[in-house]
Amino acid sequence: MALNSKIPSGSIDSKWTTYKSTCKLVNPANKRHLEIIVVGTGLAGASAAASLGEMGYKVKAFCFQDSPRRAHSIAAQGGINAAKNYQNDGDSTYRLFYDTIKGGDYRAREGNVHRLAEVSVNIIDQCVAAGVPFAREYGGLLSNRSFGGTQVQRTFYAAGQTGQQLLIGAYQGLERQVSLGTVEMFSRHEMLEVVMVEGKARGIIARNLVTGELERHFGHAVLLCTGGYGNVFYLSTNAMGSNVTAAWKAHKKGAFFGNPCFTQIHPTCIPVSGDHQSKLTLMSESLRNDGRIWVPKAKGDNREPTDIPEEERDYYLERRYPAFGNLVPRDVASRRAKELCDAGYGVGSSKMAVYLDFAAAIERYGKIEANKQGKQNASKAEIIDLGRDVVKSKYGNLFEMFEKITGENPYKVPMRIYPAVHYTMGGLWVDYELMTTVPGLYALGEANFSDHGANRLGASALMQGLADGYFVIPYTLGNNLADDIRTKAIPTDHPAFAAAEKDVNDRINRLMGIKGKRSVESFHKRLGKIMWDKCGMGRNAKGLKEAIEEIKSLKKEFWSDVRIPGDIKEYNPELDKAGRVADFIELGELMCIDALNRNESCGGHFREEYQTEDGEALRDDENYMNVSAWEYKGDGNFVMHKEELIYEVVHPSQRSYK
Amino acid sequence: MNLTLKVWKQKNNKTQGAFETFKVSNISSEMSFLEMFDVLNEQLVAEGKEPVAFDHDCREGICGMCSMYINGRAHGPWTHNTTCQLHMREYKDGDTIVVEPWRANAFPVIKDLVVNRSSFDRIIQSGGYISVNTGNAVDANALPVEKQKADDSFAAAMCIGCGACVAACPNASAMLFVSAKVSHLSLLPQGEPERKARAVNMVNQMDTEGFGSCTNIGACEAECPKGISLENIARLNREYISAVLSGSANSA
Amino acid sequence: MNWKHYFNTSIGKKLQMSLTGLFLILFLIVHCYVNAQIFYNDGGVRFNEAAHFMGTNFLIRAIEFGLFGFLILHIVQGLMLWSSNRAKRTNRYAVSAGNQTSKWYSRSMALLGTLILLFLVLHLSKFWAPNRYSQLSGNGEKNLFEMMRDEFQMSWVVIVYTFGCISLGWHLVHGFYSSFQTLGLGTHKYKGFIKSIGIAFSIIVPLIFAAMPVAFFMQWIK
Repeated sequence: MALNSKIPSGSIDSKWTTYKSTCKLVNPANKRHLEIIVVGTGLAGASAAASLGEMGYKVKAFCFQDSPRRAHSIAAQGGINAAKNYQNDGDSTYRLFYDTIKGGDYRAREGNVHRLAEVSVNIIDQCVAAGVPFAREYGGLLSNRSFGGTQVQRTFYAAGQTGQQLLIGAYQGLERQVSLGTVEMFSRHEMLEVVMVEGKARGIIARNLVTGELERHFGHAVLLCTGGYGNVFYLSTNAMGSNVTAAWKAHKKGAFFGNPCFTQIHPTCIPVSGDHQSKLTLMSESLRNDGRIWVPKAKGDNREPTDIPEEERDYYLERRYPAFGNLVPRDVASRRAKELCDAGYGVGSSKMAVYLDFAAAIERYGKIEANKQGKQNASKAEIIDLGRDVVKSKYGNLFEMFEKITGENPYKVPMRIYPAVHYTMGGLWVDYELMTTVPGLYALGEANFSDHGANRLGASALMQGLADGYFVIPYTLGNNLADDIRTKAIPTDHPAFAAAEKDVNDRINRLMGIKGKRSVESFHKRLGKIMWDKCGMGRNAKGLKEAIEEIKSLKKEFWSDVRIPGDIKEYNPELDKAGRVADFIELGELMCIDALNRNESCGGHFREEYQTEDGEALRDDENYMNVSAWEYKGDGNFVMHKEELIYEVVHPSQRSYK
Repeated sequence: MNLTLKVWKQKNNKTQGAFETFKVSNISSEMSFLEMFDVLNEQLVAEGKEPVAFDHDCREGICGMCSMYINGRAHGPWTHNTTCQLHMREYKDGDTIVVEPWRANAFPVIKDLVVNRSSFDRIIQSGGYISVNTGNAVDANALPVEKQKADDSFAAAMCIGCGACVAACPNASAMLFVSAKVSHLSLLPQGEPERKARAVNMVNQMDTEGFGSCTNIGACEAECPKGISLENIARLNREYISAVLSGSANSA
Repeated sequence: MNWKHYFNTSIGKKLQMSLTGLFLILFLIVHCYVNAQIFYNDGGVRFNEAAHFMGTNFLIRAIEFGLFGFLILHIVQGLMLWSSNRAKRTNRYAVSAGNQTSKWYSRSMALLGTLILLFLVLHLSKFWAPNRYSQLSGNGEKNLFEMMRDEFQMSWVVIVYTFGCISLGWHLVHGFYSSFQTLGLGTHKYKGFIKSIGIAFSIIVPLIFAAMPVAFFMQWIK
């Protein structure tokens, strides 16, 4: 099957405009008869469901949480990018487009990314109108800060809770549609199957997680907005419930999986403290605006950080990347931290951490503040107090979060941080219209593979989720549904629904019937360890081959020895988790296959065999300037299809942040 | 450390619940409270028993899903804290910890420590939004917002909808939640047009859902993980009074 | 929707409590001022003058009806709120936060109010009722000063009055602030001020009231 990305022709800045003015439309009377299923209510799902409801479609939205407001978009901290150029520092749509393509190490589609940059400005307008309380300056206008991989200030933020504020904004819009009756909301529901009728996605089978009952839902189209699959690593910054199940079911029904191995390891997370750890907590990238990352110059230096004099510290990012300093992209920052820790320069009791130090920023801000207040002869202690207040106003909630988890006061001692799995650039392959290879089945937000290439820049995930939901899908869905206006709602007693429900039922019964000895959690932990060790920050052919074998045997063991207590027809979180872990195991195998197949290093995918002399990722544009889209051909059997990436505007070069 | 846990177990909302006592051992002080529950549940699964159901998701204090009433305190003893952020260094060897679900008739128990908080969603549906369709927006900087008001609005918008205010309130009142949302939106110029109807409609819905009435006790503020201030309740009262007095709130 | 509806929502009911409460606070000020005349220790001359004015002035008598109306509304609404709020949590907690998250008196308004009510029954039956009865039956006003002097010779009456005043004090500590918070004045700017005034009021007024029976009992006033 040849992949058609359906990128409109024309110059890069006219593609989306042309598409919008020429795509087919559905008239309001017909919209009322078209039913849309939206799975997931994060930024992409909530914004899509609300927008489609406003347009007049009949929408059903699903989430596994107890309320759509709890989707994991809520945990995004730092901000959202937009090419507003409010700071007059040279930003433009083109520059945001260029930064994103370059940040993604030239593995993203130009057309998609340019569209993303174009609509970024509308997102900010929309969110402000919906009541998102972004940070403001004294003049009442919006404030911006910088994020990694850029040299302009284009990130809009609401303290360290930008994701929360944006999601609440989208959620409120969604609830408004619920009250108007255009959207029907199903919380504590999990999608477990896509229903296909005559080759098109026409509905889903969902399980009511409270009663355990299976439900059939029809839709003329199905939108998966189900987020990323970072939890395949067990430990990640994702929420405990984040999972790949919806995307994986779609994959098994024919949706290709794009670049599954592209995983983002975020450089600034709180380090693992022990085996009991259930998840990792991110410390926003925005901290790198002011925090300086360092390790001691001597290996195994056990002194307290504050006792290590300035000249014995290695501010390694500033040293190696003078142009971007601490604000290099995430993949680069993570790799350098791992490298130094592996080489024995790590700090803290586990030695798997580096310092993120605010002492210099506190002093700098303190001096500015002292000048502002006219205290020319302020003592050092006074300056530090003033500086702490400034830092507190910028990052207070993050510092508090750090202190709660570690019991250490980051105003006084540097934070200890280490990289952790954070985001997955890979996902369901979609074309320009966000449709997967299954007609009628769409993927939005982190669930699709599209816009970030091999590495996502900070503050771009929120942008993409909202772009897809607010501004892209309303057009592209209409373009496809225009042909469906004569399709009547398919009754859910259609054999396709019955068959899909039976499949789900059988699978659940099979899981419950195993009655083995090991807990679901223990399998998840083992899978995570394999993935992190062999398909994590550094990968090599030997390790990946081993991982594939290990995962295969883990899968076998899972299906013969997992123990799930409780019953099917009740609230049973262990059963929910078992289904998700089973899917993670299958996905893990595909990720390793993909990583093994991609014989180059790019962005977050670092194959140890392919690096420059100074340890930077070494791309192979000759052979791998493509999307690897995997087709499911039965258990453990995947076929790769290539979508060549054509760069008409940007000329790929060795990515340099020096 | 070794601990004794007295945990509320309830099969579903049709059955009566009761406390069950569990022992957990080798709990490290670095664990979070929920990781301690993970240990308990692993132990229960190994013993062939049913684990304790509890709500949790992000485990970093922002999603608002976790909801345990620990030794008489919503989200446990730390201030400005969610259950998932509570760490075991708070406890010492031999402690007994009593864990209950949020208790309020408007939050019926689903199972064990899991409750149904969809009443909060319905309150938002009654008016907790700004009616702006996608594509209707003007330029984000077209309407400057006084910094103090923007900051106050943000402080109210920090509410994570966890329901600790209801759980902690002797009257099971949801005023802090409702007032936070009304404040968030009414402080912004964008929220102005619907301001009056919003306050009245949300209060009506809050009553319909069966929450208690606020008597200004203040336990909600003390337990709110995000430090939402009682000032918001004063603001909601003002908004309500002004909506009623101006007579222009008849939209419900 | 109409006014009745607005006053029947949870905020509306609180407004009723707040407004009637504030009226009762005003009444306390007047009552306290009038009764404090006894401290002139002039054999009740000034006090009886004031009492005569209060007991015979047409306007005051008219307001007295309002006072009783508000008092009854305050009591009935308060007790109804208490019982309906209790009913909002059928399954109660095994362990409660107690004073860790709130003040005992703020949680005990209904109890304190009931104690005050019991005290009021005694108080009215001792002074107000016989006096009005006498007025209505054409026998003119009674000498309230003498009545006080007689009644407050009994130690149990003095004790009950003291407890009544203590209950009133705690009820006011929360009630004073709470009334203003309900009216929406509990903002950053005014909250501290209102709380301080409230506490001062809650100490001073009940103290003056309590001083009366004690002063008679101790024969400080004759």
